[in-house]
Amino acid sequence: MSFEMSFMMIKIAVVLAGLLAVVPIMLFVERRGSALLQNRLGPNRMGPFGMFQAACDVLKFIFKEDSPPGHVNKFYYSLAPWLAVIPAFMTFAVIPFAGSMSWNGSEAIFQVANLDVGILYCFSVASLGVYGIIMAGWASNNKYSLLGSLRSSAQMISYELTLGLSIVGIIMVFQSVKLGDITAAQGETLVSIAGLDIPKWGIFIQPVGFIIFLISVFAETNRLPFDLPEGESELIAGYHLEYGSMRFALFMMAEFINMAVASGLITSLFFGGWQLLPGFGWLAGQFAGTEHAQLILVFFQGVSFVIKVAFWMWFFVWVRWTLPRFRFDQLMKLGWKVLFPIALINVFVTGLLIYKGVL
Amino acid sequence: MLAQRKTGFLNRLYLIEIIQGLLITIRNFFFHKKVTLKFPEERREYSSRFRGQHYIKAVNEIENCTACMLCPTVCPAECIHIEAGEREDKEKYPVKFEIDVLRCCFCGMCEEACPKDAIKLSNIYEMSQEHRSVYSKDFLMEQRGNKS
Repeated sequence: MSFEMSFMMIKIAVVLAGLLAVVPIMLFVERRGSALLQNRLGPNRMGPFGMFQAACDVLKFIFKEDSPPGHVNKFYYSLAPWLAVIPAFMTFAVIPFAGSMSWNGSEAIFQVANLDVGILYCFSVASLGVYGIIMAGWASNNKYSLLGSLRSSAQMISYELTLGLSIVGIIMVFQSVKLGDITAAQGETLVSIAGLDIPKWGIFIQPVGFIIFLISVFAETNRLPFDLPEGESELIAGYHLEYGSMRFALFMMAEFINMAVASGLITSLFFGGWQLLPGFGWLAGQFAGTEHAQLILVFFQGVSFVIKVAFWMWFFVWVRWTLPRFRFDQLMKLGWKVLFPIALINVFVTGLLIYKGVL
Repeated sequence: MLAQRKTGFLNRLYLIEIIQGLLITIRNFFFHKKVTLKFPEERREYSSRFRGQHYIKAVNEIENCTACMLCPTVCPAECIHIEAGEREDKEKYPVKFEIDVLRCCFCGMCEEACPKDAIKLSNIYEMSQEHRSVYSKDFLMEQRGNKS
């Protein structure tokens, strides 16, 4: 096996393992975090701080009986969870999780696939995820499920538009759709104020785009305040109402992995991706000149990326337990009448600024 | 009628409001006292008037009860069953004193009706059992109470 091949295998294994590890961690963070935000304690019996609660939850899921209800369409019913979870895994392929390093004369990039279409691949695959949800709602043969998936499809299509438009500004500024290029370009210094270098992160050059992207990404991942497809109080559980056992767990996995991908996208587009956090540059500089300096730098870049992603994952949980759910007409109004025009204006203003040579 | 509140442009953007809300929740996360009681390790303090598990007050290991039948009469759930008898040192005493706890509604009226200060409701509230039980006289004679 050639070096490229084995390196690729290792990268795929790392990304897959990371994404799979996200699920139990987020299970724990969601339960415990939500409790602490609401002045409760949450699960605290299993292990230190209740950390093994996630393991118990997973065990419970595995040992539950998996019996499809009699009134469902068996084929689509069993296919739907996979259609929800596989695109979620696929999307992470183009997100770079560390910089590049030279190894035996060849350049190694820490990104599973450096596609030329880059972020467009991300959005196209992410939009496939809605098929799983629609299929689940339709195959369940249940009014609530169908309403949930109906809402989900309308919501996803509406917000995909603003999601796409909100990053046009970023693409125009960095003149690339490759996430690797966009992240690398964010390492440059934007302005220096009193010796403090402000990096050229996406949020500093596209603040409006960032806010629109953040709101749209919440709608895309079906998280509160946009969790209408599964609104517990009105649709019981929405599209995964008829699912139990591991099949339900797959939907949950898809949701958490979508969150991870969304956090990864926010990080790579607007927060410098693997660019070092303040302080880490100094830490990595301590090892400069040593034998493994490159490897240590890449390690710190990876850690920076993970910390940024972890913050945005936490932000998803944080927002979920702060804001109430939107009404459906409010959701559509926000998407089409507010975010869409602002995103368009943002594109025009960005274009104007680039034409004038400001950005 | 819906009252139309006057809201400024900044208010209708909701961005500042959302950030304020996020700050409130994160303040709760870090600083607010948690209201959950870790039950087996921590116990809730109930008032001394709390009505829990029953007992019959005894003086010198002789029950105060004279089987006057006031408590079964007043009991709304009809859960007290007394059979009276005679004893040399005491004219009348309960041979049998049974409380069907599944029927008892813990209203405390027996305690109020008792002229001899015999039947009492203690502060004990952990009374879960694996079988349907009727408290016998021997069980009730255990002085588990903390009431004067």
